[in-house]
Order: sequence, then structure tokens, then C-alpha cells
Amino acid sequence: MTMPPVLSIDGLRVDYPLADGNNFCAVDDVSLSIQPGEIHALVGESGAGKSTVGNAIAGLIDPPGRITSGTILIAGKPLGGKGSDGIRLGRDIGVIFQDPMTSLNPLFTVGSQIVETVSYHLRESARASKESAIELLRTVEMPEPERRFSCYPHQLSGGQRQRVVIAAALSCNPKLLVADEPTTALDVSVQAQILSLIKRLADERQLGVLLVTHNMAAVAQIADRVSIMRSGRLLESGPVSRVLRAPQHDYARNLIQAVPRIEAPLRRLPVLSEKDDVGTSIQTILETRLGRREAAGSDALLTVSGLTVDYTTRNWLRGGHVHRALDGASFSIRRGEIFGVVGESGSGKSTLANVIAGLVRPTSGTITFDGRPLGANRDRDARRAVQMIFQDPYSSLNARMPVGEAIAEPIRFYHLASSRADSLSRARTLLEAVGLSGDMGERFPFAFSGGQRQRISIARALAAEPSLLICDEPTSSLDVSVQARVLNLLKDLRDTAGQTLLFISHDLAVVRQMCDRVAVMHAGCIVELADCETIFTSPKHSYTRHLMSCVPSMPISDCPPTHKKNASA
Amino acid sequence: MKALASRYLSLKIPVFVLAAGVFAGALTLVAVLAPFIAPYNPTNISSFNLADSEIAPLFLGGDDPRFVLGTDNQGRDLLSAIIYGARISLIIGAGAVLFATLLGMTLGLIAGYFGGWIDAVIMRVADVILSFPTILLALLISGIARALFPAAAEPEWAPIILIGAIGTHDWVQYARTVRASTMVESAKDYVRAVRVIGLPSRQIIFRHIVPNIMASVLVVATVNLATAMLTEATLSFLGVGMPPTYPSLGTLIRIGNEFMFSGIWWIALFPAITLVSLILATNVVGDWLRDRFNPKLRVRL
Repeated sequence: MTMPPVLSIDGLRVDYPLADGNNFCAVDDVSLSIQPGEIHALVGESGAGKSTVGNAIAGLIDPPGRITSGTILIAGKPLGGKGSDGIRLGRDIGVIFQDPMTSLNPLFTVGSQIVETVSYHLRESARASKESAIELLRTVEMPEPERRFSCYPHQLSGGQRQRVVIAAALSCNPKLLVADEPTTALDVSVQAQILSLIKRLADERQLGVLLVTHNMAAVAQIADRVSIMRSGRLLESGPVSRVLRAPQHDYARNLIQAVPRIEAPLRRLPVLSEKDDVGTSIQTILETRLGRREAAGSDALLTVSGLTVDYTTRNWLRGGHVHRALDGASFSIRRGEIFGVVGESGSGKSTLANVIAGLVRPTSGTITFDGRPLGANRDRDARRAVQMIFQDPYSSLNARMPVGEAIAEPIRFYHLASSRADSLSRARTLLEAVGLSGDMGERFPFAFSGGQRQRISIARALAAEPSLLICDEPTSSLDVSVQARVLNLLKDLRDTAGQTLLFISHDLAVVRQMCDRVAVMHAGCIVELADCETIFTSPKHSYTRHLMSCVPSMPISDCPPTHKKNASA
Repeated sequence: MKALASRYLSLKIPVFVLAAGVFAGALTLVAVLAPFIAPYNPTNISSFNLADSEIAPLFLGGDDPRFVLGTDNQGRDLLSAIIYGARISLIIGAGAVLFATLLGMTLGLIAGYFGGWIDAVIMRVADVILSFPTILLALLISGIARALFPAAAEPEWAPIILIGAIGTHDWVQYARTVRASTMVESAKDYVRAVRVIGLPSRQIIFRHIVPNIMASVLVVATVNLATAMLTEATLSFLGVGMPPTYPSLGTLIRIGNEFMFSGIWWIALFPAITLVSLILATNVVGDWLRDRFNPKLRVRL
């Protein structure tokens, strides 16, 4: 191809000055180029510097950070530049951000937001820009574009909003599209649609796309080339088919292997490095110190029948509106099993968790726990027996309480220790059991990473010695490698301590790896419930089959796993 | 010292705010140590001599070296009266803020955490209180208190009545702030987590929610300290606050006001300057704290 690459970055370095006078180098010596019509994926874990590269291209580095060396050329020209042929953000570069909720102004109609860009950059008349906006909405496959033109962002679904953002980004026929985690906030099926939309647009418009993501499966689905980043450096770059199948670099290989596969369950998930996975030592601690609490068996620990939750919104003018979040759910969880609940957002899976945890009062239906009814008003034993861990490890710990104290709190409250000192020593044991060191108990939550915080949350939930542990999307805000470690910990809890888990997730691959039995939820109802193996190999319900078809699949890597132990396990 | 200096640098306090803070701090210290610093005790009537009345300050040609800032119409040393007056103003201001904070926080926590009818009742009462002007409510309360407890007419009781009167109006602001913060915190996962653990509401509120909302409460308290002292000065100026025998800054201004146009303007002026600079300094510090702890504004700082 004789055309210049739409993007060529050479030796890019971005520094953030620190308070002590040194620099934090967020991006170091990154070079890459994108041809017209090519989708280049930039992957890595959080903090790898991949978003910083995206921001640098769009000229959106927040001060005091700055580009200290290197060049960025868009279609052969630098950003900015004099005159009408200079490169302009919004005209020559389109940007899509992660969260479609916040990247649109809630006070303007979506149409006017596209028109604004069009009329500013292309100087079109009001009528002409309205027509091109509707045309753009049609291009991004928005249903009923004429009607949606005058909708406000809150009237659209997350997927539709992301389509609007893409339409606005494309409005001036840019040469380059920078998409920073465009599908992370979306459901699986919507995610699949948006990804194929980006792919189609790249092909049709000869658009170069830089796809910044942590989602390997998305990369496998649409990208042509992929670059793997770690700590600001580019480790490996090449065609997707080659890099995902046979990565050269150790880190790249481990990162790709840590992604949970939907094809077949493993006993333990591979993790990034040996020292991160405490493996057997954890198992010993769990077994000897926490003890085996429940004998695994086929009898039901928890039985739910006809559980229904209605949320009523009152409106003085229009009367009450009833939304049925959970519609007659019935199932039972056996002792010592990991029971999975999977579904898209709004399917009622979190409501189900909240009802069982006692945070939400059911409208009708019954919960039987260990042979006794479990209502919203519970006695001490019943409350202690059901514990929960939450999705966001950053908000689920009290920022102003040392973590050891937070873990000791339920121990003291339920008189599980004889003295204050004893409760703190039990807290230490629990910290060790989840793979942290016991003396970390004196630190406050801000000193820990997301994965460590989630371990602390697990330790706090275990402190009450529950019979049932509810995990509501426990790893969906964690990086792949951290996710693997937390999932392994939860698996260990079941395997060695016989802990019964209710595992809620939107990620089918994670559910496949974790669960014994799975309930698929859709619009408040359980549409299918079966053994994990059965659900994934021969799904019966059409919705289950639809969900399965939306999951982008990862190529099986040819290279042998790096850790022999994991391979033999 | 070096550590302290670097800590100051990392906080990035503007010089103006620092100066205001130092001034307010120094004045507070002087007020606290009044009995040791002030040359005379302005509440000890027997120590006055009418022969010393209305002496001009030294730098305005006053001839008595005992009275640096001159004397008032009773022969009371103005410097001592101002120091003691600032002390009374600060005590009443701090007392009113403490009273309002405790009342407002308690009601705000209850309203925000439990919601429902109790929230509705507390907030409607708050709305009613807020529809009264502060002065009117304070007049009402001090009037009622004096009618009910004859002993309350004694000057020793005046500060307590003022604290009650001002605090009864000001708690509403705390209640509203605390209610909003509590609702935000209650919805966060860490509160839901301890609810699942099964802790009783009392423990959740005091061990988990209160430490997380204290920052906003302290900011409101600092800003309110200035308004509370201002309200006290206004009431004293109107003659329903501190009596002339126990003068606060407001009382001194009232006394001085009567002599204002007979050429003896210093009796009103120096207490007024003290009051204005104290309020200004407190406001500057309070506003800075508010911006500092407001996450929406923090980006700009």
C-alpha cells in the first residue's frame, strides 16, 4: 500500500513528575504503526500504560504529565499544526471512551451532540448536518435513527449510547479511531454487536483503529494486529493469529493463558508467576486452621422457591409503577457445591444475591436455609451463616478502618474469639489463608491493590464462619491475572474447606471454570438450570444458546504452559 | 522542622489562608489565656473608677499609660474588655457549633440511615426551623428561657441561653449535610457488607459511617463558627445577648455606638475591628477547608 500509515508512533515516552522531584514514566519507548483499515489492539493489565498511549495520540494527556520524547504522526502529519490541513481532534481523530453513560452530555439530545461536531468541523448548514447525523446513526445500525435523533441519552440503552458515541466520533470521516475500552461497560451480547460494528466500519471506511482493551477475547475477535504492554513498555507486537497462539515473551504467554477459557474447565487457573500463586500453602492453612466445616453431600443447604421481588416507584401524577426484578425463582444449593448464576445486566442476578443475603425483602416466595425458613428479619445464627463479597473491591472496605480491624469485627461480634487479642490473631490467620501476610492487618485499605482488597473482603466474609458465601461478580473489576488468583482462592475454599458458594457472574468463561451447577437468568426468570457441563455442551433454552453464541472465543495456544505444576494439576 | 515544612508544602496552603489561620489561632490563644494576659478584669465592677472614663487611646493623645486602647464610659480598660469580649464570643461560637453539630449529626444520621417516616418528620421540622430568621428564633428562645427560669436572667446564664438559641437554628445545616452524606455512604458496598455481616445499626453508624462523613461535618462546622459568632454579636448589639457587665464584642459595640457621634468613637471601633478580623479569618480558613474537602472542587486545587 502506498498510502502513509494512519498512525505512526515512534519512540513515545510520557512522564508524570512526582512530588519528590523524580519522574514516573508511564509510557517508555513505544513504537507502532497502523495502516488504513487495520485494527490494532493494545492490551495489558491496568497500569500498563495502554490508555496513556491512547490519550497521547488524542492529545489528551492531563497535566502535569507530558510527552517527553518521540513522535506521533497521523496520516504523516503531527497533531495540531497550522492551517486547515492540520490534524484536529474530533475531525481527523475520533475517540470513544469506556463509559457511554458519562461521555454524552445528559442535557442535550443525542442528535444535537452529533450535529455540534459536524457543523463545527465541516461547517455544514443546520439542515445538512441534521441529515448527515441521521445518516451516521443509520451507519452505526441504530434502530429508527430519525426518532432516536431527538432522544436524550438517558432514554437509550448502554449499547445504543455507545453507538451514538461511535457515530459522533465518525462524524467527520476521521482517519483514525481511538477506542479506549469501548465494550467494557457493556453486556456480552451488546459487546459482540459493538465489536462487529467497529470491525465493519474499519473495513468499509478504511479507518485505522487503535483498540485499547484488557479483553483478550475481543482482540481475538476483531483485531488484525496486537501489541502487549507491561509497565509502560511494548513487550510484543505482531499479527493476532500469531501472538495469541504462540506468544514469544514469557509475560505475554502467561497473560494469555490466564484468561479463563470457555471450552473446558481446568482444576486450577494458570497464574502469571509462581510466587503469586500460593497454591498448596494456602490449602494447608485452609485445611488445618479453618477446618472442614461442612461435609459435602447431596442434601440442600439452601432452597429457594417462588422468590419474587417487585420494585415500586411512586409517581404522584402517574401512580405507581411496578418493576419485577425477580420473578418466581426456585432452586436449591447443595452443601459444598459452587452454584453459578449467570445473566446479563438487569437479569435479576444481583437482586437474587441481595435477597438471600437479607439486604432486600422479597415480595413473595420463601427461602429455606439448613431446614429453617430464612426471612428478612434474621436471628444472629442465620445472619452469620450467610455472608457475601461484593463486586467493587474499592468501595467494599471501610477506608478509615485498618483491614485487620475490619476482619476482626465479625469475629468479635459473633463471639468467635475469647478475647480481643484472640480475635486479632484469628484475623491474621484469615489474612494468611487468603494469601496475604498476617502483619498487613494494621494497614488501611488504600495500601492494597484491587486484587488484594478482594482477598481482604473474602477474609472478612470468612471471619463470620458462614455456611454459604455469596460472591456477586467477585472478579469483574479485576485484571486477568489477579482474577485467576482470586478464582483459585475461591476454588480452594470449596475444595479444602468444603465452603458452599453462590457464584454470580456475567462472564460465561469464568462460570464455566468455577461452577458445578449453573442457573441462567433472563429478565428476572431462571430460564435454564443444569450441570455446568450440560449447560455449556448442550444448552436447551434459546436464550442460553444466544448467550453462548455471543462469547468471542480465544484460540487455544500451541505453546506448553510455563508452570509444570499447573499443567499436571 | 524540615518535615513540618515539607508537609506544609505538600498541602499547598495559600499564604493568605495561612495568615488567616495564624491570626485566628493567635487571637484564640489570647482569649483562652485572657486572665493572665489582660491588664484588668473587665467583669470586676469594683475595679473601675468613673474618674477614668472615656480616656482616649495612647496613640490618640490619651495621657494614661495604664489604658493602651483607652477606656469606655464606665472607666473600663478597653483592651481588657476586648480580650474578654473575644473570649466570650469564641466560647459562645464554639459552644453553639458543638451543640448544633451534636444535635444535627444525630438527627441527620437517623434520617439518612433509616429513611422512611422518621426521615420525613426530621426533615420537615428542619424546614420549619429554617423558615424562621435566626435572630427571630434566638429572640424567641432567649425570651422563653428567661420567662421560664427566672435564674436565667442572671448574667452567668446568658452564654448558655445564647448557645441554645443559636444552636437550635444552626443544627439544620448539619442535619441536611449529614443526611445526604449518610445516604451516599449507606449505599456503598462497605456498609452493605457490614449489614450482611449482621452488625446492629448502632455499630454500623458509629464505627463505619461516622468516620467517613466527619470531613464534611468539620468543614460545615468551621464555616458555621463564623456565622455563630456573628449571630451572637448581633444579639448582643440588639441588647438581648450578653449584658453590659459581661460584655462580648457585640455588647461593646452597642455601648460604643451610644458615644459614636460625641467624638468618642474608639469604644465602638476597636471591638468592631477585632470582630470583623476574627470572622474574616475564620471564614477564609473555613472556605479553604470546604474547597479542599469537596471532591468536586479538588481537581482544581
